[in-house]
Amino acid sequence: MLNATLRELSDALAAGKVSSVELTQLFLGRVGKLNAQLNAFITLDEEQSLAQARRADAARAKGTVGPLAGIPMAHKDIFCTSGLRTTCGSKMLENFVSPYDAHVIERFAAAGTVLLGKTNMDEFAMGSSNETSHFGPVRNPWDQTLVPGGSSGGSAAAVAARLAPAATGSDTGGSIRQPAALTGVCGMKPTYGLVSRYGMIAFASSLDQGGPLGKSAEDLALLLNVMVGYDARDSTSLDRPREDYARALNGELKGLRIGVPREFFGEGLEPGVRRAVDEALRWYAAQGAMALEIELPNAKLAVPVYYVIAPAEASSNLSRFDGVRYGHRAKEFDDLIDMYCRTRAEGFGAEVKRRILIGTYVLSHGYYDAYYLQAQRVRRLIAQDFAAAFERCDVIMGPTTPGTAFALGAKTEDPVQMYLNDIFTIPAPLAGLPGLSIPCGFDDQGLPVGLQLMGDYFSEAKLLGAAHRYQQATDWHLRVPKETPL
Amino acid sequence: MPLSHDEVKRIARLARIAVSEADVEGVKAQLNRVLGLIDQLQAVDAKGIEPMAHALELVQRLRADEVTESDRHEQFQAVAPAVDRGLYLVPKVIE
Repeated sequence: MLNATLRELSDALAAGKVSSVELTQLFLGRVGKLNAQLNAFITLDEEQSLAQARRADAARAKGTVGPLAGIPMAHKDIFCTSGLRTTCGSKMLENFVSPYDAHVIERFAAAGTVLLGKTNMDEFAMGSSNETSHFGPVRNPWDQTLVPGGSSGGSAAAVAARLAPAATGSDTGGSIRQPAALTGVCGMKPTYGLVSRYGMIAFASSLDQGGPLGKSAEDLALLLNVMVGYDARDSTSLDRPREDYARALNGELKGLRIGVPREFFGEGLEPGVRRAVDEALRWYAAQGAMALEIELPNAKLAVPVYYVIAPAEASSNLSRFDGVRYGHRAKEFDDLIDMYCRTRAEGFGAEVKRRILIGTYVLSHGYYDAYYLQAQRVRRLIAQDFAAAFERCDVIMGPTTPGTAFALGAKTEDPVQMYLNDIFTIPAPLAGLPGLSIPCGFDDQGLPVGLQLMGDYFSEAKLLGAAHRYQQATDWHLRVPKETPL
Repeated sequence: MPLSHDEVKRIARLARIAVSEADVEGVKAQLNRVLGLIDQLQAVDAKGIEPMAHALELVQRLRADEVTESDRHEQFQAVAPAVDRGLYLVPKVIE
């Protein structure tokens, strides 16, 4: 059961082979056993989870329920949950209990799932290693001296170690896809606007997008079917006809045009990653897909563009944390401005402060044109590169990350070194495009390697189909870390 | 363009984040590392390109000018650090 897919769990619940209460107890037990080492969860509430499980079982006994009813879900601690604290990985919100639920949480509750717990994350979603969390780092289940990636490190580790059947995450520059790649699980960032950001604590509003993490492409499809939908309370939420993201899982690979960006296979790529990704591309070619080299000439500017735009938007979004209405407030201060300054100095960690300061600078008088507007112009160039590429190919494939999981503390000295982990994942959110990472092998150290698939706007079903076909012929996504056996 | 000691203090003040005198140099060094990264954009010729604020060309949706919210201030203020009679308490501003 611990290793069962969402479909298998759904079938078992429907057939009465297991109850939601039993499933929830099973996963809570495993969390109890392993969370001290992995630190994947920040907050749990066993009683609340079991109460929800009992309600799910009762609802099933009374009538029809949805496909994911009764299944435990882990949620990144960026989604507001009323009645259970939401910390966003920060001291600023250490004791914050939201008065309302995020729309994503509402949708999972309506689907009848059970809230297993809130997962650890880089503070305010700023990070690529889950080391900036106020609640301590998360450890990679494949090697606990290594990072799981970030910012959705807790969700990725939870799924990888089978502490939860599936989880939610958020992705701004790669925060779902990169930890998925480093922990050997699947993760997807949908097209911007598909998943409501209402109640998802804001980092960079033009980039942020909630998305699913799971053990298979099929699981991601089932999760998207719950998560996606119009919400009037998010002014960037798209009102589109309902889609079944599992409808193209068995799609045709023959004739699929796969764009391979030459910029993603340059010098900085670790040999183990290159080998595994090349092998995956060869598999697709053997099925009749056609690989063609494409160019994304402005991709090399994606990281600097992102580190202007994201901090700028973060500096605006995080100005709400001022100690007045919620969250941390300094104990001692001379006047109002001093209260703001001390509250924010105490409540935020170093990386968050860094990004707010950079953002404040690039938006300030005299620098706004040179930095922020310039970054937005180059952002359009990057989006145009993708538009041109998608005239020639159906899906773009390449490595999700330049390397596999690295040691805790290895990259914390120099912020720029940490930022370079995201070179392949940053372009998609800048353009608003969907991106998916699935496991495609291991390096010589036995560490997972991720294959990234990117598609045109609203091509999620096609991407998941290409991934599903691969997963029917390979078993990378079924491997369980040796350090966390079932 | 690397930041000076005074500029770091000015930005910190704008951002309402206290940076102690002892910490300014360290923060300055880290910020200048990041600025070194983003300064690459200065060399790009993007004249005539329309800035892209947003992934898809969305327009702000409008709704009817009707009251739809209810008064939940007690619930929202339950999480506030200091509240009195429905008002958030902060240090006095007017001299």
